[in-house]
Amino acid sequence: MTIRQISVFLENRAGQLREITGVLCDSHINLRAISIAETADYGVLRIIADDPASASEKLLEHGFILTMTPVVAVEVPDQPGGLNSVLGLISDSGIDVEYMYAVLGGSNGKAYMIFRVADAEKLCEVLEQNGLKSVPGEVLGEH
Amino acid sequence: MERYYQPEIECASRETILGWQNERLVKQVRHVWDNVPYYRKKMEEKGVTPDDIKGVADLHKLPFLSKEDLRIAYPYGLLAEPLEKCVRIQSTSGTTGKRVVAFYTQHDIDLWEDCCARAIVAAGGTNKDVCQVSYGYGLFTGGPGLNGGSHKVGCLTIPTSSGNTERQIMFIMDLQATILCCTPSYAAYLGETMKEMGYTPDQIPLKAGIFGAEAWSEEMRRDIEKTLGIKAYDIYGLTETSGPGVSFECSEQTGMHINEDHFIAEIIDPETGEVLPEGEKGELVFTSITKEAFPLLRYRTRDICVLSRKKCSCGRTHVKMSKPMGRSDDMLIIKGVNVFPSQIETVLIQHGYSSNYQIIVDRVNHTDTLEVQVEMTPENFSDSLAKITEREKELVSGLKTMLGIGAKVKLVAPKTIQRSEGKAVRVIDKRKI
Ligand SMILES: [Zn+2]
Repeated sequence: MTIRQISVFLENRAGQLREITGVLCDSHINLRAISIAETADYGVLRIIADDPASASEKLLEHGFILTMTPVVAVEVPDQPGGLNSVLGLISDSGIDVEYMYAVLGGSNGKAYMIFRVADAEKLCEVLEQNGLKSVPGEVLGEH
Repeated sequence: MERYYQPEIECASRETILGWQNERLVKQVRHVWDNVPYYRKKMEEKGVTPDDIKGVADLHKLPFLSKEDLRIAYPYGLLAEPLEKCVRIQSTSGTTGKRVVAFYTQHDIDLWEDCCARAIVAAGGTNKDVCQVSYGYGLFTGGPGLNGGSHKVGCLTIPTSSGNTERQIMFIMDLQATILCCTPSYAAYLGETMKEMGYTPDQIPLKAGIFGAEAWSEEMRRDIEKTLGIKAYDIYGLTETSGPGVSFECSEQTGMHINEDHFIAEIIDPETGEVLPEGEKGELVFTSITKEAFPLLRYRTRDICVLSRKKCSCGRTHVKMSKPMGRSDDMLIIKGVNVFPSQIETVLIQHGYSSNYQIIVDRVNHTDTLEVQVEMTPENFSDSLAKITEREKELVSGLKTMLGIGAKVKLVAPKTIQRSEGKAVRVIDKRKI
């Protein structure tokens, strides 16, 4: 089960992020998760939106450069070492994580990690074999 | 089948062309000597008189004329005909601040328009075509020159002039324009806009474009040809020598035939002024042998290019010049190295970036810096920062290989670099020297 993540090119200049959130807000799109990776000059804004299709459509209309990528959301057990066990599992399976970030409080108040890996389907399989579940977009409020 | 506007001239034998050149040059030298005190003085300073010039072989004896001479002689100092014979001026802004003003008799205009007509016919134009001239009209030579050429060919001419992109597109679509004349950057902009409006190349009625007045690369040509669904032809000229049509491209698209019945071309070493053999790269120098009002002898264009007399498959016999590899006015000397914006553009397009870019040169702590601002493109974007950085590094090393010096690349959001409707401002030189 994968979730569609939108990544948008961010030029490192005042107000760029605000332009993006402005477009989404005007289109009544809610953000469920957000993460920024950046260098000194530019960055990539990664978002999980409640309506990925129309979010990407609106952003493209406004001339932003973006790409849609499947990512895997995993519920992190609510106990000490919860994240550690998930990471250990992934690392043992030999899957390389390109990047990951946390989402706190989905629609049910739980904590999730978003993983970007080369082979999302394989990660889902590994999780399933170990009794963990990749959660569908709806859990994060996608509709 | 190749068509010509004036086949007897365009396909004349080399001997015939040389015969015209010899005869016209001798006459022209006498004309300026008799009518332009400025020229006479320059020739006297070099110890040359009209009697020394018996043909093209003696051309090297004449002094060069530069943009600086035009500035000194501004406005009437190089005029070779009485005002009652002159009917028009065209003008361009000079790099030194003073404008260049060129004068035309009716005969001059007539010959200039012939040259433009040759270019239109070489691009496939006939009297059945609808030719949209989106070069600026007015003082700029682009509009009036192609307009006149288009009339001579008998095309239905749409004098839209530059700007107002929406109206340009409306005319192209409503009147089913088949030929477009404008600057290459504006052609690229029109193509991009039409694509955004949802027009596919086969819906666009244009079949050919005649683009000039600024430097453009082969990659940019392919881009324009693809988005507009046309064949794009280069045309060359400068206000000083009449305007567009000094040379033009044929179907072979491997250089522009110089109208040698009107202009003698030389390639010189820009440092020493020495004439270079055919095939060597250097500064292009023109002598206009038929101009009445504003004849220029050995005018240094500042354009760097190569001449070729290789037989052309189109059947034209006039010498071909390469696309200018840069103007020596545009040529930047950065850390002592000659850099042409066109080289940077070539690397950008090879790496999948757009031809909208800006070059910023500065001097920090007595050292030159070169920054190239490039718009991010969908094909170079990724959700992985590492991939973007890797591609950026490839671009940086591509630039280094091409230029021989390091450049900083700044990736910017799309559409942040200003699109131009005339000549693109590519270079910002902040150095105070
Ligand atoms: Zn040819």
